[in-house]
Amino acid sequence: MMKYIDGFRNPAVAAEFVRRIASQGRELAARSRVVHIMEVCGSHTMAIGRYGIRTLLPENAILISGPGCPVCVTDPGYLDAAVALAMRGVTVVTFGDMVRVPGSTTNLAACRAAGGDVRVCYSPSLALDLAKADPNREVVFLAVGFETTIAPVVSLVEDARREGVRNLSLLTAFKRVPPALRALAADPELKIDAFLCPAHVSAVIGANAYETFAAEYRVPCVIAGFEPLDILYGVYGILAQVLAGEARVENQYARVARPEGNLKAQERIARYLEPVDAPWRGIGVLPASGLGLRPEFVEYDAVRRFGVSVEGGRQHAGCRCGDVIKGKIRPAECALFAKACTPDNPVGPCMVSAEGTCAASFKYEVPEAEREEA
Amino acid sequence: MCLAVPMKVVELRADGKGVAELEGSRQVVDLSLVSGATVGVYVIVHAGFAIETLDQAQADETLALFEEITRAVASESQPSGIPS
Amino acid sequence: MSVERVIQLAHGGGGRLTRELIETQIVPRFGQGPLKGLPDGATLASPGGRLVFTTDSFVVQPLEFPGGNIGDLAVHGTVNDLSVCGGEPKWLSLALILEEGLRFEVLERVLNAVKRAADACGVTVATGDTKVVARGQGDGIYINTAGIGAACPEFSLGVERLREGDRVLVSGTLADHGMAVLAARQELGFGEGLRSDTAPVHRLVRAVRDLGAAVRFMRDPTRGGVATVLNEMVEDRAVGIRLCESDLPLAPATRAVAEMLGIDPLHAASEGRMILVCAPEAEAEILRRWRALPEGAGAAAMGTVSADKGRVILETLAGGHRLVDVPRGELLPRIC
Repeated sequence: MMKYIDGFRNPAVAAEFVRRIASQGRELAARSRVVHIMEVCGSHTMAIGRYGIRTLLPENAILISGPGCPVCVTDPGYLDAAVALAMRGVTVVTFGDMVRVPGSTTNLAACRAAGGDVRVCYSPSLALDLAKADPNREVVFLAVGFETTIAPVVSLVEDARREGVRNLSLLTAFKRVPPALRALAADPELKIDAFLCPAHVSAVIGANAYETFAAEYRVPCVIAGFEPLDILYGVYGILAQVLAGEARVENQYARVARPEGNLKAQERIARYLEPVDAPWRGIGVLPASGLGLRPEFVEYDAVRRFGVSVEGGRQHAGCRCGDVIKGKIRPAECALFAKACTPDNPVGPCMVSAEGTCAASFKYEVPEAEREEA
Repeated sequence: MCLAVPMKVVELRADGKGVAELEGSRQVVDLSLVSGATVGVYVIVHAGFAIETLDQAQADETLALFEEITRAVASESQPSGIPS
Repeated sequence: MSVERVIQLAHGGGGRLTRELIETQIVPRFGQGPLKGLPDGATLASPGGRLVFTTDSFVVQPLEFPGGNIGDLAVHGTVNDLSVCGGEPKWLSLALILEEGLRFEVLERVLNAVKRAADACGVTVATGDTKVVARGQGDGIYINTAGIGAACPEFSLGVERLREGDRVLVSGTLADHGMAVLAARQELGFGEGLRSDTAPVHRLVRAVRDLGAAVRFMRDPTRGGVATVLNEMVEDRAVGIRLCESDLPLAPATRAVAEMLGIDPLHAASEGRMILVCAPEAEAEILRRWRALPEGAGAAAMGTVSADKGRVILETLAGGHRLVDVPRGELLPRIC
């Protein structure tokens, strides 16, 4: 049963990919080329850390973490609104990693300790269960995520309508990955040669979704899974394209991501949500990069229902999460990293989110000063 | 959070949900976002929902490809990609 | 409809009901030996030589889980702390804080587990105490056990004895207890087949007494798992530890639940395992002796003491390496 997990962690195959990538590295060196590969998925960030993938690559094949963590790209004002709701007596239901993300002055964990009703869930259906169990209780779900998460969360609205639940709403901060890719590829400050595309976002939106992007910006886009062999195979495929002067979409995760994606999920998303302009921490407002509830579903929108604002939040002075999120700097290049900002005492979301770039680096990477080449 | 491991559907329930299993651990999963998730099919589970089915044939093909790679004699001059 | 027998506040009041509780629950199970006659304190025959003394409190939720209950943990936890300090366990104290409304049948199962475990370990419950708190002020049962053991002169344990090349051994599969308890808190059926590994390790320690000179250090990986124990060993030291991911012993069911919950097994508790760091020449013999005991069947060598100053590093399945940090945040509350 673990065949489809262990099979993609086979050490012998990994060693062979590492050997081939080293060979590609030598060829790149002969052409004086350095290749920057960006991944935009928190699960890739964590998998790369967990398996020590960077320690296996040649120096001229560089993996950069981009805005792959939906919690991290959310503005601090969103957390402030969530805290305000909880302190007003609303039951706030959230995925676990939001709980210690700093808002402007406090976080949901502190709010919970002070008596706020904050519930951590694995599945958003907890919010529906709580709303049904007590119709007098207002329940808000913190609806943050990329396409993989959006379809399950929006099912809450579908179920609530069908079952006549009137006391459930969403505080939305949904984001779409393709507009972010365009912004990153177009950014003159960054120098991205290729993208390692997210596995399960791609399963939802489809491998074809990257075609025009790859062609327009002339960047290889390889869709890869999260297991170590997936990632190594992904890097191998990218370097092969670069060496051959190609820039196409390559779906290496065809076992899950279909060319057209998951039509049922796309349809459910489109039924309840429409594109809206959305702010991305570190990048700015990107047109049509977010998804908000369609006007006919306004009663499920917590911002309108409660009159809270998700804007106006402040981030901590010295926090460079925005630059880390964009891939402009590595975590170690932030002056606060591992000093004033640690997982126990996070200054910004990148250090505390389960998928945050700084969290992954702190947790998994031997500090640069201590490294010696193995 | 993309904590998505492939799990096998072992039971379909009357309420439209399913039960998926991995090494004996079972979990109730919402199947409304996928088609063709019958008993024996593997699904990718995220936040209590199946977000896609696993194409086993495709998965086996990829694993076979990897097998092939370790067996092939790799020469230093091999420059570009393997057939996809 | 019958009223279930439950603990009432008066059971802790010091009067008739308290007496009845002691006479029906404590005396039959533990009333021989130092507890006979219920003195306020136990007078014990000193074993001579040095003593090892430890204490631990147990607040696990749920109280009963696949593979055991809080009573098992309360005995094994303290027996194991004594053992890994190089002590031969002899006596335990048993302090209970009971919540009003606790069903007697639960209390009886817990106390039966304490007795069974104590007898199996050859330790005597020598003294104890019982208190009752009002409903809502305690989660069913909290237990504290303190333990006294006789220090084995063969061991001279200390992290300063760790040398590059020393081997890091573990007596069985990792994280079974932590995953079993976490799974028990999820919906029904989650974690089927998972059982806590709660067990004593004193016989594993006894089995290597005559190799004591080669044993540098021992610990049991409870809260915070192997990662916490190993990091504590090398913190601020000139050595570190390198673990090999493919050598980590893991039961398939435990591994599956860890994957599903996104938890690193190195961060999850065991309650019946021990870690031992030894000189490399002793590795084979220690593993052989451990594997000859049921509680050591899954024993394995996980890694080596290295030159990575103060760090614990994992060589991954992919062939790379990464840090093994201590767990952060409240990932696994009330696990033991």
